[in-house]
Formats: sequence, structure tokens, C-alpha cells
Amino acid sequence: MRILAPFKLAARALRRNKMRSLLTMLGVIIGVGSVIASVSITTGASKQVEDKVASLGQNVVTVFSGNFTSGGMRGGWGSAPTLTVEDTTAIKNEVANVVAVSPEVRDRMQILANGLNWNTQIQGESPDYPQIRDWDIANGAMFTDADVRSIAKVAVIGKTVVDQLFINQDPVGETLIIRNIPFKVVGVLESKGFNLFGQDQDDIVIIPYTSHMRRITKRIFVNSIMVQAASKDAINQVQDDITTLLRDRHKSAEQDFTVRTQLELMAMATSTTRIMSVLLGAIASVSLIVGGIGIMNIMLVSVTERTREIGIRMAVGARGRDILIQFLIEAVTLSAVGGIMGIALGMAAAKITSHFTGWPTLTPYAWIGIACVSSAGIGIVSGFYPAWKASRLDPIEALRYE
Amino acid sequence: MQPVIKLAEIHKVYHTGEVDVHAVRGVSLDILPGEFVAVMGSSGSGKSTLMNMIGCLDRPTGGTYFLDGLDVSTLDRDQCAKIRNAKIGFVFQGFNLLSRTTALENVEMPMLYNHAHLPAAEQKKRAQNSLELVGLAQRADHKPNQLSGGQQQRVAIARALVNQPSLLLADEPTGNLDSQTSIEIMGVFQKLNDAGITIVMVTHELDIARYTRRTVILRDGKILTDEPVRDRLNAETELKNLKQAQEAVRLA
Ligand SMILES: Nc1ncnc2c1ncn2[C@@H]1O[C@H](COP(=O)(O)OP(=O)(O)OP(=O)(O)O)[C@@H](O)[C@H]1O
Ligand SMILES: [Mg+2]
Repeated sequence: MRILAPFKLAARALRRNKMRSLLTMLGVIIGVGSVIASVSITTGASKQVEDKVASLGQNVVTVFSGNFTSGGMRGGWGSAPTLTVEDTTAIKNEVANVVAVSPEVRDRMQILANGLNWNTQIQGESPDYPQIRDWDIANGAMFTDADVRSIAKVAVIGKTVVDQLFINQDPVGETLIIRNIPFKVVGVLESKGFNLFGQDQDDIVIIPYTSHMRRITKRIFVNSIMVQAASKDAINQVQDDITTLLRDRHKSAEQDFTVRTQLELMAMATSTTRIMSVLLGAIASVSLIVGGIGIMNIMLVSVTERTREIGIRMAVGARGRDILIQFLIEAVTLSAVGGIMGIALGMAAAKITSHFTGWPTLTPYAWIGIACVSSAGIGIVSGFYPAWKASRLDPIEALRYE
Repeated sequence: MQPVIKLAEIHKVYHTGEVDVHAVRGVSLDILPGEFVAVMGSSGSGKSTLMNMIGCLDRPTGGTYFLDGLDVSTLDRDQCAKIRNAKIGFVFQGFNLLSRTTALENVEMPMLYNHAHLPAAEQKKRAQNSLELVGLAQRADHKPNQLSGGQQQRVAIARALVNQPSLLLADEPTGNLDSQTSIEIMGVFQKLNDAGITIVMVTHELDIARYTRRTVILRDGKILTDEPVRDRLNAETELKNLKQAQEAVRLA
């Protein structure tokens, strides 16, 4: 049999029963469609999460006060004060492959400028902070080590603060009042958008940690320490060395701090979407199986209905394998066409979802390939038994079939 | 000369439920290349059963059958299919055309399974020629339900001829046809036979059998008589006579 001939036969047989073919395909269409839609949505979601985690900075290792890996939660990250500026210095000086560190202190406060006021996050950091966070200064410059030593009244502010207090105005060189203390704005950060937890990262005022700890609040402990490792490969070593170092320094019976790497945060953040995609994938595969059963069912009906046709074809010289191929191709055509329609439907569903919810969606090419291959596979698997049954018919019995 | 068909003590028993039907009971028959044989007999005498076995569609339950010197009982399903496709043209008692498929496509079908793998254009040309041979070229695009019984019969004959078989088997090719169409079809058969094709044809009409060269009569699954046809008719002259007769009726 020529190569194209069975495809022509299959197309004709399916066109003859348009409604039935469409209903049969529906199972595969819905199955493939839901696979593609759910994969698009979860891929979009995890891509977004990954981008957010990446926006944390480059090769970041963060030390929080308090221990939340054993003995239960203790009031959240950075709550029990145990970390000091001296710890920060020790990390910088004693741990290998550390390129930058910044002790962090945070408070929300009301600030004033131009007669306007705004409630924002006041964050004490070291001059290394923009480098660790991979965060560029859009305008002006970061404060310096000299500013840290002199407890200078200088600030670098985020885009949201600029929008709220310095409308149509260059803020660099202007004055900002925090707790009645005037700070000079020396730089403006690039916009970074929202973080993993939905917080506006641009709603921020960064000042030297010394200024924060001595001028604004009176405190000796820091909330956390940000550390930048020299490379991705060094992250785990840096994490281990910091743990050893701080245990040694703190000498408490129980570990009173936690060291988290960016990789761990990534894993934690994507675990939910991963569970989601596994669940959706399971549901989708069930509907694909149901679609396959539908095809098998209709092919069995078709073989019975067309027993005479099979008999006639065999009588004029069709071999069992010609009949097998004919019905197999029919089943594969059904499921492959269903698969292609399902891909289109799934992508459209993802686009519509993203339009109405604002969730980002992304259809990986690999999954389009997987959908094509698996729908063709479903056709072969579910069409094989009916096709085999047809090929085993006895020509004379088939001709006598009414 | 080696016989095309050599049947030796052929039996066919159908096992249906409690009673066994012994449809063919020991038929021995030699048919030489170029013969034109009519198989006759009353209904149920085993004519179709015998034809199906000769056509490699069904297997005898006893005896041996040599087709072109080849023992058919040694062939498997695929080899039988190949013989049916290439060597034998079969015209069925009930036409057996594919419904919802045009006459041309019906005629093309056997070429789909031919190992020669002709290009599509060549297949179409051959099918067209075959339809022309049976005088049905103008009806190529019609589906079986748009054709008369005689036209369907001729499509079936065209299909049987399309792979240029050396043996044509026809089971009541003129059953249910009026006498004029019957004679026309006999004309086609006589032409084919003159061209060297061996023909075995079932009929229960005596005057149709007179167009062949040899008559075999079956009764209860056995050969009753096997004689050459003496006063053989020529389809062309008979057709002419018939037309003259009709003309005369109209003038009268
Ligand atoms: N598939 C079958 N199962 C059981 N019995 C059968 C089968 N086919 C035919 N027979 C029986 O075999 C006998 C011969 O049948 P066959 O069809 O060969 O007759 P025939 O000579 O062709 O008759 P007709 O002129 O009516 O076509 C009949 O008695 C019939 O009932
Ligand atoms: Mg019969």
C-alpha cells in the first residue's frame, strides 16, 4: 500500500462521521487542553517566583536571628535579637569566599519631605548592600564606608518614596526628615518591583546601619546579616562556615540563628507550584486516559460497523496488516487532530486566564512536543486492539456479515 | 498443458450448531487455461461454496486444490491475499461494492493492495479503462446507490478486471439482470475469453450458459454432468437480433 493512501482513507472515514469523530476527539481535546493550560499556568507562576528569588541578589546567604529550623517557630525571622555588628565583621574577615556583607536593621516609620509625609521602611545597611542585592543606583551614588564610620545623616531612597515625596523633582541633594532628624538624599535606587511576598521593594529608605542604630533607634543587635558568596559553588561552603563561626561566637547551648541560602529560598518558594503542577498533571493524565478509552470504544464500533467493508477489501487482496494499518491510522488521526486542537485550546485558555487574573503564563515548547507525542501515542495504544481485531477477520465471514 | 485449476476430491463441510452441512462432497475438476466454464445447478447445490474455494477465499475441509500447479492448502493468509489480488478477479453474487464510494474508487481499490505500487495517476487511468471495457465510463463518479443493479454488476466486473487477472471467477454475474444487459455482459466475457483469460462463471440460466464453452452441472455438492457447449451463442449477434426484434415490436 502506498504511504499516503491510508491517510486518505482515514481522513475520508472520519469525515463521513463528522459529529461522531468530533465527540470522540473531545476527550483528547479536553485532556491535552487541560495539560497545556495547567502547565502554562504553573510554569508562568514558577518562572515568576524564580525571577523574584533571583531579584534577591547574587549568590546571597542570609543570616537571621533566632532558630526556626528546630524547636518550632520563635516569632518569625529576625525577631529574637542575637546578631551583632561584630558578627558581621567576623564573617567578613574569617569566612573564605565572602565578597560582601551588610548588617541589616529595619523599622517602619513616618518620614517627611516637602511638607508631605509617608510611612515607609527605614533600613540600615552597609555600602555593600546594592552590590549584594544586584541593585543599581539610578541617580546619585550609594553612601560610603566613611559615612558609616561618621554616622552620617545620608539616605538612598527607592522609587516609590520618590514618587510620594518628590513629585516632579530630582531628590538628590534634598532633605528628608526621619524622627525629626534631617537626612540628605544622596542617591535613588532603580525600580525593583514587588518581592516574593508581594511587598513593594521600592518603598524603602536606606541609611548607614550606624546611623540607624545610634541616631534613630538605640539598639545593639541587628535583624539579619546579608552575605554575598564569591560564586554559586561557594554558597554551601559559606553557609557551613558561617554556621560554625557563629556557633563558636555565640556559645549558646541551642543554635540561636539561622543561615539561609538563596538556593534554599528558591526551593521553598517553588515547592508549592511544583505540587500544584504534579496535581494538575495527574488530573490531566486521567482525562487523557479517558480520551483514549473513548477512541478505543468508537474504533471497536467502527470495526463492527465496517465488517463488510473489511471483508470486501480482504477479498480483493488486502492483507491483515493493510487493514491493521488502515484502522490504526484512523485512530492516530483522531487523537492527533484532537491533540493539536487541544494544544490550541489549552494555550487559548491560558491566555484568557492570564488576561483576567493577571497571572503570567508560559507554554514551554517541550510540553507542546510532549502533548503531540502523547496524543499520537494514545491513538496507537487505544487503536491497536480494534485494528488488530479487524485484521484478524476471516474474509468470507466478514463478507457474510449483515 | 497444465490446468489452471485442478480440484481433486474437494469437500466442504459447514459446522453450524448441531447439524453439519456437507455443501460440497467430492468435486474433482480440471480447468485448462483459456477455458470458459459455466457452473450450473439448483439453489443450494454448492456453487458459491465451490467458487469461494476456487477463489482462495475459503478453504476446503477435504481434498486438494492446485492453482497454477500450487497447492493452495500450503499457503498462509497473506499468500492467499496476494493471489486474490494479483491472479484472480472475483465477481460476487451480491456485487460487494463499497457503498458511499464512487464507481471509479471501487475499481481502483484492488490496486491499493497490489505490490506493483502504481502511481495514483496510473491507477486512475487503469480504473477508467476498466470501466470503459464494461461500458460504464460515464458513470465513474456515481456511487453504488446511484447506479442500477446492472450498472453495479458491471462496476464489480470492472473491479475484478483491473489488476489484469489471468483467471476470472464470476458468481451469477447476470442474476437479476434483464436479458439485454445479461447478453451485454456475456459479450464482455466472450471478448475477455478471446483475449486468453480463463473464466469460470456460475449461472442457473440455461441460455446464459450457452455463451460459454463448457458446462458443469452440480447437484447436492457433486458433479452431475460436465460437457462442452454444443450450439454456442455469440453475444454480438444475439444482441443484434434482440434489437431487431424490439424494433419490430415497436413498428407493429
Ligand atoms: N456459511 C455457511 N454456513 C452454513 N451453511 C452454509 C454456509 N454457506 C452455505 N451454506 C450451505 O451450503 C449449501 C450450499 O450453499 P451455496 O451458497 O454454495 O449454494 P449455491 O449453489 O450458491 O446456491 P444459490 O444458487 O442459491 O446461490 C447450502 O445448503 C447452504 O445452506
Ligand atoms: Mg450462490
